Amino acid sequence: MAKYLLLKHYRGAPASVNDVPMDQWTPEELSAHVQYMQDFADRLEGTGEFVDSQALSPEGTFVRYGGEGRPPVTDGPFAETKDLIAGWMVIDVETYERALELAGELSAAPGAGGKPIHEWLEVRPFLAAPPTITE
Amino acid sequence: MDEALLRGLTPAVIGILVRRGVDFATAEDAVQDGLVEAVRAWPDNPPQDPKGWLVTVAWRKFLDAARADTSRQQREVRVEGEPMPGPGAAVDDTLQLYFLCAHPSLTPASAVALTLRAVGGLTTRQIAQAYLVPEATMAQRISRAKRTVSGVRFDQPGDVATVLRVLYLVFNEGYSGDVDLAGEAIRLTRQLAGKTDHEEVAGLLALMLLHHARRPARTGPDGRLVPLAEQDRSLWNTRLIAEGVDVLQTALARDRLGQFQAQAAIAALHADARTVEETDWVQIVEWYDELVRLTDSPVARLNRAVAVGEADGPRAGLAALAGLDPSMPRHTAAAAYLHERDGDPVTAARLYAEAARSAPNLPERDHLTRQAARLNAQLRG
Repeated sequence: MAKYLLLKHYRGAPASVNDVPMDQWTPEELSAHVQYMQDFADRLEGTGEFVDSQALSPEGTFVRYGGEGRPPVTDGPFAETKDLIAGWMVIDVETYERALELAGELSAAPGAGGKPIHEWLEVRPFLAAPPTITE
Repeated sequence: MDEALLRGLTPAVIGILVRRGVDFATAEDAVQDGLVEAVRAWPDNPPQDPKGWLVTVAWRKFLDAARADTSRQQREVRVEGEPMPGPGAAVDDTLQLYFLCAHPSLTPASAVALTLRAVGGLTTRQIAQAYLVPEATMAQRISRAKRTVSGVRFDQPGDVATVLRVLYLVFNEGYSGDVDLAGEAIRLTRQLAGKTDHEEVAGLLALMLLHHARRPARTGPDGRLVPLAEQDRSLWNTRLIAEGVDVLQTALARDRLGQFQAQAAIAALHADARTVEETDWVQIVEWYDELVRLTDSPVARLNRAVAVGEADGPRAGLAALAGLDPSMPRHTAAAAYLHERDGDPVTAARLYAEAARSAPNLPERDHLTRQAARLNAQLRG
């Protein structure tokens, strides 16, 4: 088994097919979307492939070390930041093909008009633990 | 309390319940409940006959569960009328449990999870922790696996090779969390070796023991990976090495070579060298030739190329490497190593950095990055 991150972007991914901002959806469309995500996670738990799912606020702050005895330096948020992560799902699956298949299903979550968003998701493998036998 | 001894009883007790007519999935749950109770009760009140105790308690757990489940009322009536099974039944079904849990209808991950629970006696939580997934996910993986094998006849003979693949996977996962999977794999393979007379079971056990012996030397104090050539060999566990060599020699004497015996022979040759310079690379290459013949595995060919580089010089190693698919894992790392040995640090540094970017795990990536950094610092001079 290998773990993969299915990464969802607010910004930075190519445009979705059904590219209507969420605040333009009807309340029913929003509910249907949330329900789809929940059902998807439940189904993956049932197949023994679910690890974690989290959503992130779009508001972030950049922080760095400010030097000895000084508070950390903060900056941002930067409106021009290309890549803005919205959330993720972590799955534990038998093959890379299975990871792609599940990402495709997640991307079919309904949006405006109840139609699939066809949102671009990024699939990233985890760096695993090293095997015991290497030679 | 000896938890390994307790868990070692698991498959035999499941087998007894199954022979009493309980279906495998239910029997497995009942024995798990019995194990939990044993962990609670045994420290204050150790039983004289641990197996008999576990059979009795698991049987009671089964009856409790059957009573609680009104839809199973019919069965309750049936089993209530039957006598308690006696302790220490004549038939030992431990081997059958190994076959069932490694059944070819299961995916590798399901077979691993089911084996650790039903043969190893680990709890779902422990298995979930070891594989870094939520307990609910692991519980589902196990119950799906139980459903998958629910139609398999318990007394069917299985294929030892499928069991060995599962145990190899458990061992090679190393360990994370509070469960030592490598240690558990050795315990299960040792138990299997005691139940069946098969040279490849012995070969796998020897392979595990020989690699486990090196564990104290595999990581530095800061957690970094220490490659074989740089390991402090005084840290190797000589008792495990002696046992591994002994098990291997007995297996090889039967003259029915298999891939695990060949791999163990390579590990034994490394274990035999007190310093890296004393390594018998010529013999190691010969064993890799056997391994390639037995498995036709690209990994074996890659490792063979590195061994050829040691036996016949880096040019020969690079020539052996040239025939292999450059996109396979660790190909670039092997090329980097051989180029460095060939006196070309510029190419080696570039390849180490490239290999680091595609490394499949963090310790390996750190190791390869460090190699590139070391050469680059030398080149800056």
